[in-house]
Amino acid sequence: MALDVQAVRRQFSVFAGKDAPLYFDSAATAQTPDAVIEAMDEYYRTYCANVHRGMHALTERATLRYEEARKTVGAFINAKYPREIVFTKNCTESINLVARAWGEQNLQAGDTVLLSPLEHHSNIVPWLQLKERRNIAVEWMEMDDAGRLKMESLKKILGKGKVKLVAITGQSNVLGVRPDLQKIIRMAHDAGARTLVDAAQLIAHHPVDVQALGCDFLAFSGHKLYGPTGIGVLYGKRDLLEEMPPFLGGGMMIHEVKTDRFSPGEPPQKFEAGTPPIAQAIGLAAAIEWMKQFPWKDIETYERSLIQKALTLLGKVEGLTILGPKDADAVSCCISFVADGVHPHDLTDILGQQQIALRGGHHCTQPLHERLNVPATTRLSIGMYNTAEELETLKVEMQKALDLLR
Amino acid sequence: MDLYAENILAHYRAPQNKGDLQEASITHTEANHACGDELTVQMNIENGRIAEIAWQGAGCAISQAGMSMLSEEVRGMTLEKAGALGQKDVYDLLGIPVGPRRFKCALLCLHTLKNTLNVYRKIPVQGWLKTVEIDEE
Ligand SMILES: Cc1ncc(COP(=O)(O)O)c(C=O)c1O
Repeated sequence: MALDVQAVRRQFSVFAGKDAPLYFDSAATAQTPDAVIEAMDEYYRTYCANVHRGMHALTERATLRYEEARKTVGAFINAKYPREIVFTKNCTESINLVARAWGEQNLQAGDTVLLSPLEHHSNIVPWLQLKERRNIAVEWMEMDDAGRLKMESLKKILGKGKVKLVAITGQSNVLGVRPDLQKIIRMAHDAGARTLVDAAQLIAHHPVDVQALGCDFLAFSGHKLYGPTGIGVLYGKRDLLEEMPPFLGGGMMIHEVKTDRFSPGEPPQKFEAGTPPIAQAIGLAAAIEWMKQFPWKDIETYERSLIQKALTLLGKVEGLTILGPKDADAVSCCISFVADGVHPHDLTDILGQQQIALRGGHHCTQPLHERLNVPATTRLSIGMYNTAEELETLKVEMQKALDLLR
Repeated sequence: MDLYAENILAHYRAPQNKGDLQEASITHTEANHACGDELTVQMNIENGRIAEIAWQGAGCAISQAGMSMLSEEVRGMTLEKAGALGQKDVYDLLGIPVGPRRFKCALLCLHTLKNTLNVYRKIPVQGWLKTVEIDEE
């Protein structure tokens, strides 16, 4: 059955009324369905309490819901055990956790972390920080102008025998392309390297199965998955999480504390120092439950039709160059482009005045922009609530804005 | 009021003093890395005044129109007076309300001018905080 987009939209307060925004910035943060807001509201109104602390009924209820959320997230990405799910504050913190805890324990001077040019700063800077602290090497795969990674370059760098980790995005937040994760993970493992997948973008647009992928770590944020801000997820294989030292220190993460020493607890609590994002974990679980009413096949078919439409419409605008593939089958969620003689900040500012939300800038991917040889781009990104009519309106308003600026 | 007022767009489409001086006694470049805007100012100073000014740049309409307007304003101005220009002067020139999203676009011209003069006086270039008049204490 095809996705009924009006039925989707009715479940978002933000789209009620005739002044609803034309929201094309879901790759930055997706809008939140009422079901998610209500689940967090219920926590605050009826059982707000800390988790894993104390004996009273409220904390018990909060703890149960928090741990249920862990199970919901685990099942969503097909983790073998709920204990493989660590709650963080966002995807960025999840990757930093791996760089700090796993990286500092397992990487020495001369070891290599291998990245792709598609990476977001959050999957670059933690490794550059490790380079500063530990003198590791950071190397880059090659890619063509359409954003296709060159497997020969991966093979060549892996062949040098120094790579200990391949950290790669599941879906580019600029070009919308998806690297062949299965193949890259297999090649990395064959070369004795661990793998980390940045699933920040992929997670909301394609089913993720960590066991089928075989990745060692996978990170994402709640707020791009129709969930709340303030929550991220790190999946790690159980044995890896067990061997890793803790990340932050404090309450919850300990086994025992004396005046002169401590011993850490078991994962995942070992990595969840301090009061965790309780309402947000409950909200994230609600977002995942909410999504289950729509089969993945319907979501993907619908979003592909929107991307196809957007490519066609943008292709008709004069003096506009789309970066990356122009083929809807190779692009997911977002399209980035440059308009001759018009800076993205002017274009997005003018469109913003019409309640049309697009993002202009480098989208936290400066190395990718350097590789593509453009200082900044304008990005259109979609969620399952966008419509073909919105795209038509966008095209008309964009033409007007460009005419004004040229 | 509209950020893209006609005077801004007029300067953006037909920038004043944009180009290169035959010979310049100082050249200085500043950029706003958050959006990739860049401005380079060239000057000749005679008798304590900005005798000639030209600039090159790339970026958004606000940053480029701002530089165009400011270059007209400071041509012939004494160094003392030019050095005392502040953000309010630039906002007055632009004549539009500049919000938190775009103030760096608007003030890139001032930042570049100030640091061009600083280089001329052989004093260290100033940081953005000083240009936007945020007191660090
Ligand atoms: C591919 C990718 N990775 C990581 C992130 C970082 O996510 P967050 O800011 O929620 O930590 C983003 C968000 O823009 C992203 O698009």
